[in-house]
Amino acid sequence: MREWVVTCFQRMRLAPAMSCLVAALVGTATLHAQPPPNPASPPPAPATRPDQQPQAQTPTSAPQTTAAQEGFVPVEQLPNPQDSVPAPRLVASAYALVWLVLMGYLYSIWRRLGTVGRELDTLSRRLSSGTRRP
Amino acid sequence: MFQKRLFLPVAVLVAVMFADAPFMILAAPYESTMGLVQKIFYFHAPIGMVMFLSTFVCGISSIIYLVTRRRSADHVAIAAGELAAVLGVIVLVTGPLWARKAWGVWWSWEPRLTSSLVLWLIFVAYLLLRRYGGPGSDRLGAGVAIFGMANVPFVYWSVNVWRTLHPKTTVVPTLPPLMRGPFWFSVVAFLLLYILIVLIRAGLERRRDDLEALYLAAEDGVDHA
Repeated sequence: MREWVVTCFQRMRLAPAMSCLVAALVGTATLHAQPPPNPASPPPAPATRPDQQPQAQTPTSAPQTTAAQEGFVPVEQLPNPQDSVPAPRLVASAYALVWLVLMGYLYSIWRRLGTVGRELDTLSRRLSSGTRRP
Repeated sequence: MFQKRLFLPVAVLVAVMFADAPFMILAAPYESTMGLVQKIFYFHAPIGMVMFLSTFVCGISSIIYLVTRRRSADHVAIAAGELAAVLGVIVLVTGPLWARKAWGVWWSWEPRLTSSLVLWLIFVAYLLLRRYGGPGSDRLGAGVAIFGMANVPFVYWSVNVWRTLHPKTTVVPTLPPLMRGPFWFSVVAFLLLYILIVLIRAGLERRRDDLEALYLAAEDGVDHA
C-alpha cells in the first residue's frame, strides 16, 4: 500500500499539484477573510468582569464574545465555578495532548534513528568484509 | 560542541523546567472572563511562538541551502519543517479546546484560525514534497518553506488587522506580573526543548546522508568487482 502511494506520487508528479493546492487554499482563505473593521463603526465590546453585564453592542457581522481580547485581568477566585462546559476536563485534555504528541514524535525519531543505525552497521560490516577479500 | 558538552545538561534543565511548569501554571491567577480554561494559554501560546520560530528556521535554512548547497542547512530545514508541522497539530487542537469554553464554539473560520490552518497545511505539503517528491524535491521544498515563512507575519498580525475572536497580540506584552512569570517560563522551556529536538532530528538526516554515501560506495565496489 505504502509503495503504491509512493509510486503514485512519483508518477503523477504531485509536487507541483500540491503547490497549486496550497496556493488555492491561501487564495480561498484570503477571499473568505473578513474585511477590516469600518473606522466609523463602534469598537468591539471590552472584556467584562464577572460582576459586570456583557455589553453586546457590537454589529451583528462582528464576532461576539465576552472573552478577553485586548488583555487579561487576573482574579483570585474562579468567575463561574458551576459552568455547563467542564473547564478542568478541557485543560487536562489540552495538557495531555501536548505530551502525547511530543512523546509520540520523540518515539518516532528514536525508532527512525534505530533503523538507520542498524542499516549503517550492517552496510559497514558488509563493506569492510568485502575489502578484506583478496 | 553544543551536542557534545551541553546536550545532557540542557536536557536535564528542560526536564526540571517541565516538572515545575504545571505547578507554576496552577499557582497563576485565574483570568476574569475565562476562568480556569485560560490556563491553556500557558502552553498554547508558547508552542505557537515556537512553531513560528520553527517556520523561520526552516525558511532561513532553506535560503542558505539554495545559495550555498550546504547539506547541513538542508538537514536543519527538514528538522524545523517537521517540527513546525508537529507543533502546528498541538496549536490547532489545544486552541479549539480553549475556544469551546471561551467562545462557545470549537472552531470559527475567522482570520487567525484560518491563516494558522493554512500555515500548517503549507508545512504538511513541504513534508509530503520532501518525502515523495523524488529528485529535485530539495530545491522545490526549499521554495515551499520560504513561502511558508513569508506567511507567518500575516498570521501574526491577522488578529490586529481584522476583527477576530482570538486575543490580540497586545495580550502578551500587557500580561499582569503574576501571569507573566509562568508564561515566559513555559516559553523558555519549550524553546530549549525545541532546540534539543531539532539537533536530534537534524542528526538523523545526517546519518541518512551517511547511509546513502555508504550505499553508493557499496555499489561502486560491486561495479569495480
